Amino acid sequence: MKPIFFRHYVCLMAIGLLLLPGLVLSDENLSQDTLTAAMSKLNAAYMTERSAAIEQLAAAQEPRAIVILQALLEGHLFNLIAENKLVIGAEIEAGYKLSDAKNGQDLGIVAREATQKINLNNALRVSLRKTLGRLELNASEVKVRIHAVQAIAKDIDPEGLVLLHAQLSTEKDRSVQDEIKLVLGLEQLNSTDKPQRLAALALLKDHASPAVVNRLNALQEKDATGQFVETDADVRNSAKTALININSKLRVYAAIETVFFGLSLGAVLVLAAIGLAITFGVMGVINMAHGELMMLGAYTTYVMQQLLPDYLGLALLLSIPAAFMISALVGILIERGIIRFLYGRPLETLLATFGVSLVLQQTVRSIFSPLNRSVASPEWMSGAWQINDFLALTWNRFYILVFCLLVFTLLLQILKRTRLGLEVRAVAQNRNMAKAMGIPTARVDALTFGLGSGIAGVAGVALSQITNVGPNLGQAYIVDSFMVVVFGGVGNLWGTLLAGFSLGIANKLLEPLAGAVLAKILVLVFIILFIQKRPRGLFPQKGRAVEG
Amino acid sequence: MNLFFQDKLAGSLMAVIACITVFIPLFNLLTPVDSVLHFSAYTVSLLGKYLTFALLGLSLDLVWGYCGILALGQGAFFALGGYAMGMYLMRQIGTRGVYGNAELPDFMVFLNWKELPWFWQGFNHFGFAMLMVVLVPGLLALVFGWLAFRSRVTGVYLSIITQALTYALLLAFFRNEMGFGGNNGLTDFKELLGFNIQSEGLRSLLLMATGLILLLAFGVSRWVMNSKLGRVVTAVRDQEMRVRFLGYRVEHFKLWIFVFSAMLAGIAGALYVPQVGIINPSEFSPLNSLEIVIWVAIGGRGTLYGAIIGAVLVNYAKSLLTGWAPEIWLFFLGTTFILVTVFLPNGILGLFRSQEQKL
Amino acid sequence: MSGLALKPDELDVSHGPILYLEGINLSFDGFKALNNLSLYIDAGELRCVIGPNGAGKTTMMDVITGKTRPDSGSVFFGQTIDLLKMDEAAVARAGICRKFQKPTVFEALSVFENLELALAVDKTVWKTLFAKLNGIQRDRIDEVLAIIGLTEQRSRPAGVLSHGQKQWLEIGMLLMQDPKVMLVDEPVAGMTHQEIERTAELLLSLRGERSIVVVEHDMEFVRTIASRVTVLHEGSVLTEGTMDEVQNDPRVIQVYLGG
Ligand SMILES: Nc1ncnc2c1ncn2[C@@H]1O[C@H](COP(=O)(O)OP(=O)(O)OP(=O)(O)O)[C@@H](O)[C@H]1O
Ligand SMILES: [Mg+2]
Repeated sequence: MKPIFFRHYVCLMAIGLLLLPGLVLSDENLSQDTLTAAMSKLNAAYMTERSAAIEQLAAAQEPRAIVILQALLEGHLFNLIAENKLVIGAEIEAGYKLSDAKNGQDLGIVAREATQKINLNNALRVSLRKTLGRLELNASEVKVRIHAVQAIAKDIDPEGLVLLHAQLSTEKDRSVQDEIKLVLGLEQLNSTDKPQRLAALALLKDHASPAVVNRLNALQEKDATGQFVETDADVRNSAKTALININSKLRVYAAIETVFFGLSLGAVLVLAAIGLAITFGVMGVINMAHGELMMLGAYTTYVMQQLLPDYLGLALLLSIPAAFMISALVGILIERGIIRFLYGRPLETLLATFGVSLVLQQTVRSIFSPLNRSVASPEWMSGAWQINDFLALTWNRFYILVFCLLVFTLLLQILKRTRLGLEVRAVAQNRNMAKAMGIPTARVDALTFGLGSGIAGVAGVALSQITNVGPNLGQAYIVDSFMVVVFGGVGNLWGTLLAGFSLGIANKLLEPLAGAVLAKILVLVFIILFIQKRPRGLFPQKGRAVEG
Repeated sequence: MNLFFQDKLAGSLMAVIACITVFIPLFNLLTPVDSVLHFSAYTVSLLGKYLTFALLGLSLDLVWGYCGILALGQGAFFALGGYAMGMYLMRQIGTRGVYGNAELPDFMVFLNWKELPWFWQGFNHFGFAMLMVVLVPGLLALVFGWLAFRSRVTGVYLSIITQALTYALLLAFFRNEMGFGGNNGLTDFKELLGFNIQSEGLRSLLLMATGLILLLAFGVSRWVMNSKLGRVVTAVRDQEMRVRFLGYRVEHFKLWIFVFSAMLAGIAGALYVPQVGIINPSEFSPLNSLEIVIWVAIGGRGTLYGAIIGAVLVNYAKSLLTGWAPEIWLFFLGTTFILVTVFLPNGILGLFRSQEQKL
Repeated sequence: MSGLALKPDELDVSHGPILYLEGINLSFDGFKALNNLSLYIDAGELRCVIGPNGAGKTTMMDVITGKTRPDSGSVFFGQTIDLLKMDEAAVARAGICRKFQKPTVFEALSVFENLELALAVDKTVWKTLFAKLNGIQRDRIDEVLAIIGLTEQRSRPAGVLSHGQKQWLEIGMLLMQDPKVMLVDEPVAGMTHQEIERTAELLLSLRGERSIVVVEHDMEFVRTIASRVTVLHEGSVLTEGTMDEVQNDPRVIQVYLGG
């Protein structure tokens, strides 16, 4: 749990650093003169002057120069007309938010008309990009250096190649090395010289990226006359081995991704099913309104975000206890109001709670409209953790996986270590005996049901981050959660966990082969067949109580 | 005859159905359109629809009320029967479809299919289609039931996997590749056995057919339930183990009743489709199957005619309420369900019966 | 097939015993409910099985009747019929009937119908659907009704019977099946003194034509009916003999009193 948050934090920091190098690089030994001179030249009307100014800035060996050039390239460098001063402007609604180009000092917001953009022509832009690339190659951050390599690669020329070769021989960092190898390799493949091409393949052979795969594939192709595009058989063969090598790597990535998606889907299933497992396992009660309790949790998140529109993250965190409380409360009401009259009649309970689910659905529909509500994700939950070109794990699924394990552990601890947990287990094993021993079974039932329902609410919070929040949210998950409980074996939380994850992974494994819908059908059919073999699931509940 | 008139309530109910079946179509055929005795085509179809639902409810009562199997997938058999009928009706459209293809239904032309899939063969024959109406649901019930009962899946587990069954079918029928019209299902029917499907005459005939089949199904079901088999089935519901130890193969009995009920549901579906003019995958939705359970629960299970009363009442209420205030409908359905299960375990009929017993 | 061979479903009791239980082991989650249990019941014998709670008496019946499969061991009906290959219905059809510890009758059906369902006829689905009672069968039901003293209650639902009457009805259902072996689990629990006496008479009158295994905690009752008593303890036979022998066996006293 902790290392993951930590790593994420580091990534964010790195990105921040990339965006704001000016804040980090010190202003100290700034040779003001060169900088000021170059800057005023940059502000001149003629392109030739600007070109010279760029050279000058580049030669200045100043960190601040990089910031200015970067802004220039991205079109963020302006002349503040009133003061005839170079500024960097970030576009916002009201105009530009300015900072002094020279020292990064905040200059407030001005209207668009108050500034004039420093323009570039195409030739200048190309040369500037290279210059910047060269400069950045010396930067201390790995990310910046990689960025530089990519910038140079965009319009590669012999000069750039020399630069990269030189960098490769001194570069210490693996990822930068790889990036350079990629660029060099791709470039060298165009060479007419066979050894050069073979050398290029050697550089590329470990590099799993879409560009390389495409290029290697192209080497295997034939032209219209049936001749190989690549005339040399050695090159073709070594390209082929490289391709095989890369493909096997890709397969590993694909497998990791499938497992990740499977686990995250499984996490959703586990979250949805685990509350059900408690009520079903402990009380023998089928709660058909379980899906709607999740829906309540999702709507709680929605309402919370409406209340705190500016603090999405906080709203989400607060939603967790809020959803727990609301769903638990509704659950206890259901138990006290209906279910307790139906103990020992599981089928009737199923029907009555189904009635409850209809009422809850309609209530939500009446209050919030039948349309789906969109629940926003806080920034730290959106986006993906890009491990490489082929492997990106989305944060929201990642957090749900973590969250699921957290909830699971917590629940396990509650059942294991608290008085309530003890009583719950006692009642699950032998209701009558527990009663005879003075355990207040009615209270335990209500609390168990509340606990199961509360977890449904918490699951709803998680669901709100990955699906639409609407009155039918619960419906979509109820069959799946039942399947998980049934597959895992009633009354066994570990069974639920294992069942959820394996069903999730099975689903994702089958999807590419059979399509999403068919995969789901296959999984359902599998469970139906599985139940035949093991009518009580993976981990059956044992003992005489079951027989009755 | 005493099958129908075992008790007063059942007798009068059957008499009412018989009257509807005979007189409404008769009046409609004999009286002019503006006569008071003339029922609108809408009313006729609506009544016909209620009666198909009654048949569907009856079929569920056999397995749930008598055998104690709370099947949450009864709608699947209904829908399969409906699809079989729909396929026949689709083939009857012939060249009158939008694309005018004599062989292929419109949606297949739209999907660029070149020839009729094998499972559509033969559905241009009415007899074959009607055979499929009972065989397909029956076969599915046979296979599914054999698997489930043989391994002694019971109680809520059984309920849940029947729900999974209909859910899987729902997903499957939504797929265009299945060849059943995907999302839109089968519709735009033109004629049935040569009669215009919109015509009042055919509507009346369909109502009559539905009523007669319902009466027949009721009679047969009553007879089955009054036979020793009926008693064995009831015994299975109450003490499955005891029945086994008496030497009965419980799973065979369950299977028999399950298949019989699935066939009845299939017939109900086949009668339903021409009267509403469409069949689509939503008929497979688990919610639909649960609604059937509500009908039976409200009417009073284990009586056969309770299911009929429940189906008609609930659907009448549904027509009323959804026309009047659609939001109310689910509230109504939900609360009725809760109240009935908690306070009226024997449904509306339970009220009458306990009254009788007191007298 | 040679003419001399027995048909597989034909009961062969030429060696004396009708039921052979040999080396039966059965554990539930590591708990040994039956521990190398061996037991033989002779044809026509009335055997009582006693033992403290949890000794495995009911479990033994579960194993014989196909409800529970043992981990190892063999159960034969006569010389030839392997009961472990059969399910409950097959065992019942072969002629081994059982009364449960907790009386189980069909409460929604009338007393008469309860007996009718137990009647020894072809019990396949289609035969059942078209089954009609003939005169002989009616007479048999009436006869059993008289034996179990429920003639007056014949058309009342079994659910309204008293506990003792339900026990009787269940015994009546066994009689209807015309079994070769009756396994009777705690038949007199919940009965009045007189009812117990009548049950004893009934069981004694049946002995000889059928083999009967009675599990009972009521020692008085056991003394009245049994010639041979088997004591089960912790899943295996502790000792076997006449009631007097058994009652004076120090191990038995230890098991019942010492614990
Ligand atoms: N299905 C089961 N799962 C787990 N344990 C079981 C099961 N059935 C029986 N047992 C255990 O096996 C042991 C033997 O049970 P059994 O019912 O055979 O005892 P018994 O001799 O009939 O006792 P009693 O006199 O109380 O009826 C008991 O400890 C019981 O808890
Ligand atoms: Mg016992």
